[in-house]
Amino acid sequence: MARYRMNLMVCTGTGCVSNGAFQVRDALLTALREKGLQDEIGVVTTGCNGFCANGPIMVVQPEGIFYQKLTVKDVPFLVEEHFLKGRPVKKLMYIPPQEKAPVPKMKEIGFFGKQRLIALANRGQIDPENIDEYIAREGYRALARGLTGMEPVEIIEEIKKSGLRGRGGAGFPTGLKWEICSRNPARPKYVICNADEGDPGAFMDRSIVESNPHAVLEGMLIGARAIGASHGFIYLRNEYPLALKRISRAIEQATEYGLLGEDIFGSGFDFHVSVHRGAGAFVCGEETSLIRSIEGKPPHPRIKPPFPAASGYMGKPTNINNVETWANVPHIINRGWEWFSSIGTESSKGTKVFSLVGKVNNTGLVEVPMGITIREIIYDIGGGIKSGKKLKAVQLGGPSGGCIPADMADTVIDYDSVTKTGAIMGSGGMVVMDEDTCMVEVARYFLNFTQNESCGKCTFCRIGTKRMLEILERITRGEGKEEDIPELERLAVNVKNGSLCGLGQTAPNPVLTTLKYFREEYETHIREKRCPAKQCRELITYRIIEDKCTGCGLCRRKCPVNAISGEKKKVHEINQDMCIKCGICYQSCRFEAIKIADR
Amino acid sequence: MDGREDVFEIIEEEGAGEGSLIGILQKMQERYGYLPKPELEKVSKRLNTPLSEIMTTATFYAQFRLTPIGKYVIKVCSGTACHIAGAPTITDVLKEELEVDEDETSPDGLFTIERVACLGCCSLAPVIMIGDQAYGSLTPDKIVKILNDYRKRES
Repeated sequence: MARYRMNLMVCTGTGCVSNGAFQVRDALLTALREKGLQDEIGVVTTGCNGFCANGPIMVVQPEGIFYQKLTVKDVPFLVEEHFLKGRPVKKLMYIPPQEKAPVPKMKEIGFFGKQRLIALANRGQIDPENIDEYIAREGYRALARGLTGMEPVEIIEEIKKSGLRGRGGAGFPTGLKWEICSRNPARPKYVICNADEGDPGAFMDRSIVESNPHAVLEGMLIGARAIGASHGFIYLRNEYPLALKRISRAIEQATEYGLLGEDIFGSGFDFHVSVHRGAGAFVCGEETSLIRSIEGKPPHPRIKPPFPAASGYMGKPTNINNVETWANVPHIINRGWEWFSSIGTESSKGTKVFSLVGKVNNTGLVEVPMGITIREIIYDIGGGIKSGKKLKAVQLGGPSGGCIPADMADTVIDYDSVTKTGAIMGSGGMVVMDEDTCMVEVARYFLNFTQNESCGKCTFCRIGTKRMLEILERITRGEGKEEDIPELERLAVNVKNGSLCGLGQTAPNPVLTTLKYFREEYETHIREKRCPAKQCRELITYRIIEDKCTGCGLCRRKCPVNAISGEKKKVHEINQDMCIKCGICYQSCRFEAIKIADR
Repeated sequence: MDGREDVFEIIEEEGAGEGSLIGILQKMQERYGYLPKPELEKVSKRLNTPLSEIMTTATFYAQFRLTPIGKYVIKVCSGTACHIAGAPTITDVLKEELEVDEDETSPDGLFTIERVACLGCCSLAPVIMIGDQAYGSLTPDKIVKILNDYRKRES
């Protein structure tokens, strides 16, 4: 690797790429060449930096200066000013909401301050497509130790003592899971990395695979050695083309270096990995479904036991862990269980990666120590709620999880505290909702999702969720009945009890938690036929405020269904029968002359 | 090249063994844009698997399509972050503008609307993706502009 006086770390995670990161990188290379700086300053494309809201992002090392929202047009000036003349460009730096002074250094930005990186350790530091950079940062050292200095039982003991629990959502102790599989004498054995990330509104696994693919491979290698597996599968979501490219490249490079294949490090241990692309089925989050999908079949779950450790892929012992769990493993082997278990709370050790999204200022990917409060994540890291609005609830755990209300924002992040609220830790989706979010509609949204994704095997999941969805749809249309709430609660219990796998057992959670914490919102929909958040479209109308309308005609021209009429400079009118309530008029009016009213 | 050779080529690449069906269907869809029934019948014969079983898999997974698509597939993200940021309105405006429903192709053959569970770029919500290009922080207004840009390109 060449040595430069400065390295420009350009984030090329999916968020930044869709905002033009590669064009910015190309412009940088051109501008550096024009100024004759190409031998002094290196340009490195890194994985996801995490601060996706402000992409494309670039960090200048070793100074640690953070530039954001870069465009191709900014590049010549930036190169001239900062890299040639040594004057960092303030106008391209981050300014916290409600403040005026830019924060030059990445580590001084609040978003990064409270984070603690283990699974995301190398993010923004290495080129994920270059194995040498991973190795230069202690990569594959844990594997060497695991293969040549430790017995399989010692590896398992280390993971058990560390307290690592499955990061896919359920939180089963990882070491124990490995131990059960390792004791099975049947051969061959398999390990699987679940990278199918089915939760809508979450992208932890995508980011880890995109930014640090070798850490996932190294974790799988160590696990395979401990369990006695000779083959691994990575089950990757098909919507993630960049992650697919990077993990495939990582496998190629590791194979070239002899880190995958036969007789690794002369230890006699063989291991091969293949990638399977998922085809879009949420039920594959259930282990037995995922295995059936890798076998090429429709992913219907089956009764457990036998668990995959006894009978998994092709009936052989199989151990499945999620991406983030695997990525934690090399760190535990390198630094020891005492170090890992010193982070976190009594029952939950280490860190958790969250995708912090929704109505929060600093959206992106964050990794925080267990034991941090939801409030700290939203306000200290997330920079508070957008547009100065009020926090209403936080949704954790996606369609299997629940909504935690604002007055419980001091709940700490650990498996047990979150479960007590009725939500679940889940795989790391954290969606922040403000006062404009209708909780009944949110429940309807999640149930619509699980109802669609139900594989249909269990009657309660297939039909019970359908009945629940119908009731919720009725309520959001303003046709709710007084007996709907008890009926929802009754169905929820039945669906939970009558379903074989996690999908059905958790599908009612979003309904149950919103009923628990936001019951009055349901009641307002049912009794007053009104949506307090003004979101349910059948319960609202758009109206023109006569005193404010100047007759400029903008809304009339923009309305996609020609529902607005009026002469120039005269008050306009919305034809309510034609209006599709798209809100274009409301958003485009420059005089705040359109309001959202109750039906 | 006629379709016949195509499908057999794909089976050759992916292997005709157990576990290869999903990979075969994925490559078929990449090549044709959807899964044509006559080609599925060939797969059934070649893999020695009843067509009904192949259809079970093809219709179970959200990814597979059984009808032809337009030149541009508009993937509308319906993830949670997009949903609360207004994805339903975005979808309605698209439907209204293109005069089609989800999973249908516009009369000019240009666009197909496809609702997807999550595109994983939640920070840009609400998001659509056309080809490999993601369009984020959308408003109904922006949608109309984007569609017009594509239409101009084609006229």
